[in-house]
Amino acid sequence: MTTSLLVTAYIAAAVLFILSLKGLAHPSTARRGNQFGAIGMLIAMVAVALHAGVITSPTLLGALALASVIGALAASRVAMTSMPQLVAILHSFVGAAAVLVGISNHLAPAVELSGVERTIHDVETYLGVFIGSLTFTGSIVAWGKLQGVIRSKPLMLPGRHLLNIAMLVACVFLGAMYLRGGHEALPYLLIMAAIAGVIGIHLVMAIGGADMPVVVSMLNSYSGWAASAAGFMLSNDLLIITGALVGSSGAILSYIMCRAMNRSFLSVIFGGFGAEEGAAPAGGAVVEGELVATTADEVVALLKAADSVIIVPGYGMAVAQAQHPVREIVDVLRAAGKTVRFAIHPVAGRLPGHMNVLLAEANLPYDIVLEMDEINDDFPTTDVVLVIGANDIVNPSALDDPSSPIAGMPVLHAWEAAACIVFKRGKGAGYAGVENPLFFKPKTKMLYGDAKKSVDAILGALRAG
Amino acid sequence: MIVGIVKETAPGERRVAATPDSVTKLIQLGFTVTVESGAGVAAGFDDGAYAAAGATIGDNAGAWSAPVVVKVRPPLDDEAARLGHGQTLISYLYPAHNADLVRRLADRGISAIAMDQVPRTTRAQKVDALSSTGNLSGYRAVIEAVAALQRPLGGQTTAAGKIQPCKVLIIGAGVAGLAAIGTARSLGAIVRAFDTRPVVKEQVASMGAEFLQVELEEDGSGQGGYAREMSPAFIAAEMALFAAQAKEVNVIITTALIPGKRAPILITADMVHSMKRGSVVVDLAAEMQGNCELTEPGRAVDVNGVTVIGYTDLPSRMSQQASTLYATNIVHLLEEMGGAAAFTLDEQNDIVRPMTVLKDGVLMWPPPSLPKPAAAKKPAASHGKAGGHSAPADESSSSGGWWPLLAAGIVLFGVGLGAPQSFLTHLTVFVLACFIGYQVVWSVTPALHTPLMSVTNAISGIIVIGGMLQIGGGLTSAASIIGVAAIFLATLNISGGFLVTHRMLKMFRR
Repeated sequence: MTTSLLVTAYIAAAVLFILSLKGLAHPSTARRGNQFGAIGMLIAMVAVALHAGVITSPTLLGALALASVIGALAASRVAMTSMPQLVAILHSFVGAAAVLVGISNHLAPAVELSGVERTIHDVETYLGVFIGSLTFTGSIVAWGKLQGVIRSKPLMLPGRHLLNIAMLVACVFLGAMYLRGGHEALPYLLIMAAIAGVIGIHLVMAIGGADMPVVVSMLNSYSGWAASAAGFMLSNDLLIITGALVGSSGAILSYIMCRAMNRSFLSVIFGGFGAEEGAAPAGGAVVEGELVATTADEVVALLKAADSVIIVPGYGMAVAQAQHPVREIVDVLRAAGKTVRFAIHPVAGRLPGHMNVLLAEANLPYDIVLEMDEINDDFPTTDVVLVIGANDIVNPSALDDPSSPIAGMPVLHAWEAAACIVFKRGKGAGYAGVENPLFFKPKTKMLYGDAKKSVDAILGALRAG
Repeated sequence: MIVGIVKETAPGERRVAATPDSVTKLIQLGFTVTVESGAGVAAGFDDGAYAAAGATIGDNAGAWSAPVVVKVRPPLDDEAARLGHGQTLISYLYPAHNADLVRRLADRGISAIAMDQVPRTTRAQKVDALSSTGNLSGYRAVIEAVAALQRPLGGQTTAAGKIQPCKVLIIGAGVAGLAAIGTARSLGAIVRAFDTRPVVKEQVASMGAEFLQVELEEDGSGQGGYAREMSPAFIAAEMALFAAQAKEVNVIITTALIPGKRAPILITADMVHSMKRGSVVVDLAAEMQGNCELTEPGRAVDVNGVTVIGYTDLPSRMSQQASTLYATNIVHLLEEMGGAAAFTLDEQNDIVRPMTVLKDGVLMWPPPSLPKPAAAKKPAASHGKAGGHSAPADESSSSGGWWPLLAAGIVLFGVGLGAPQSFLTHLTVFVLACFIGYQVVWSVTPALHTPLMSVTNAISGIIVIGGMLQIGGGLTSAASIIGVAAIFLATLNISGGFLVTHRMLKMFRR
């Protein structure tokens, strides 16, 4: 296969990747977009394999086949609620692959270079390995936190900013050594990779569970930049383009998530949020009032009398796997002629768009699933709001209490409805460790217990009566 | 202080500036009221009713000699001659059209308040006689049209066949136009309305009419909430619109007035000729020479079976109600001027000042200009002239963005100084790809952010080709073994990523 054909294959793949992202603009074109992406990937892989003369290499085919099967199995088995974990662990694979490609390329460079070009190439290699390593370990920690293997509270080492800076300086110093060292400089590269790995762990450890959507999209971005750096190193435009696409995609997602929480990107990345978590309500004003518990039967009576219902789902619904019975409740209510809609906060769940995926899995039509801006004005005219496993995203103190740690974050105005039912496991504070005055409002009633059991009970009563 | 209510002498004028009710209120304000004998007869108020309300019934000379003379129409020449220094006249004056009259009144050394110069402010609405009579005129215009029309306005299905509803075009959606819309709608007509001022679009829609627009965007909102003259291009476009509508509608009611100018010709003779026989044009601007070329002020004429109504006395045809409203406006005005005790032409008063045409013979008109109303509510912010306003805003918001651009330029310059050609080629690709990614990703709907993440994750598995490039020579070196490991990991990512995205997307249904 000629180089020209390889390049045209690259062009085709690059265009298909762009179309793939573009297809995701709307649910109706999204599946086509995903197919474009897969086709682009296939074209690129076959073209490279042909060009490099390894298309028949048993090693390659074996590795491809084995990895494909494992990946496919994992993808088809994973529960939709575990989607954040899967995405996080997949990010770590890209990071690891970038590190390996960098090291391998150092051992056996495709072309011998000299002078400035060689320096640039070495810098690219070094940078690629740095980002890759950071992504690798950071993603594993993120996976651990999402999976519950690592506790989600932020780890606050004393002088953590100094620590980060010291490690960065060490990496730069090692980089200088590496550039001077030539072929024998491998140890510098490896040591740097290890340090970058520690930075990745430390960064993500310091970030609280509530910030996971930002972290995951940030790692998504890093994995793209790692691929891009590898592209520079290998002089491969397709890698550069793809890496840039993924990198900017992740960066935009991080930005959107940060904006949804009204916080600066830097403050999320370098921790600090949730620092007060240990001392919980110290950050916010003391909430006065009484928590009023209710029962499933009372909720059913409210629902029967209501004309319009808004459901605000949160991570608690995902954890309890309550989306299917929720769907059935919605079916019953809609069949009775009531307006039922979902209000999705941008950072509900642990992944951007997490709730949408869960609700889609439960077969809920996406046109009754609305974004915060679309539905926030409708709360005052709503009869009943069901807050299922959500907390911080319906916390009014974000708007009216400047001393609250989540002050300024846009929230869903659940308290404006005629009645508000909060499904909650226990009496603890939310992920951000902030007390929620919504729970103490006179129009709010608490339905304690596992979200799935509560929802099932309501469904049963609705059907019975 | 005596207020004199004089009898209207203009031909066909049946209104009067005070009613027995308003006399009671004027007396409460401390005034003594002298009503010229027979002043209210045409409006249904006889002298006895005024006397019962506490007014003195005087003769013509008595009423005209009062310190404050109140009437409806501008004074005729001989009436003006009866006024003298120290007197205050309150009536319609139309100072822009009646320069002669204003000069003559100035020579008499009097003060004059024009009821047609009420500022268009919320506070002044209680005095706004043009609005109160415009409302009646709009109503009456529809009634006159129906009387001349040879069919009903509303549609019906009867055993004798279907009655098609009439289509009514109303030009000018001021107070009279809006009242006409409401009346025509309530009688069952299909109503369309046109106005050069985009701000009234909502008002038109709220009355249940369709708002017609020309393709050309131009804001006809003039000073003080009135319309202004439009550009030739706009006039050509609106004339084309009217010509097309004339062929279709059964009734045209025109209410277009421009302060201080003759009414614009909007309905040409050709348009009238193109209308269906039996149709009606009601020209509410007849007093200002009319919006229709064929209007004869004060009369209804038949043009090839189309009736063109140019009555100038529509409010007068409902003189009782019109007088009551006007009289109430007068009471509010006199109250605003301080009542009998503190009666004054206060130049600081934001209602009285604009209405003051003469103060002791000194010309006070036109008043200093008022700010343009409702600019903030202008809906067509992205069009035409309004576009000019948004440009500076863009500039100021982007001026903060110059420093990053400058920094980027310096960095690029530095890179250009040292970097080799091959690197720059890749850099070009990289930068452009970043921009494409930026553009494309913003269009992704938030509901699909999770699939976006997993598909970009799958795509970033493209790093697999980096591994493939390293295994050329078989598994002989450390480099190639590491390469295989990279391939393995990246492929996990590719197959897992695409498949899980596919699974997710399959679930999205409408």
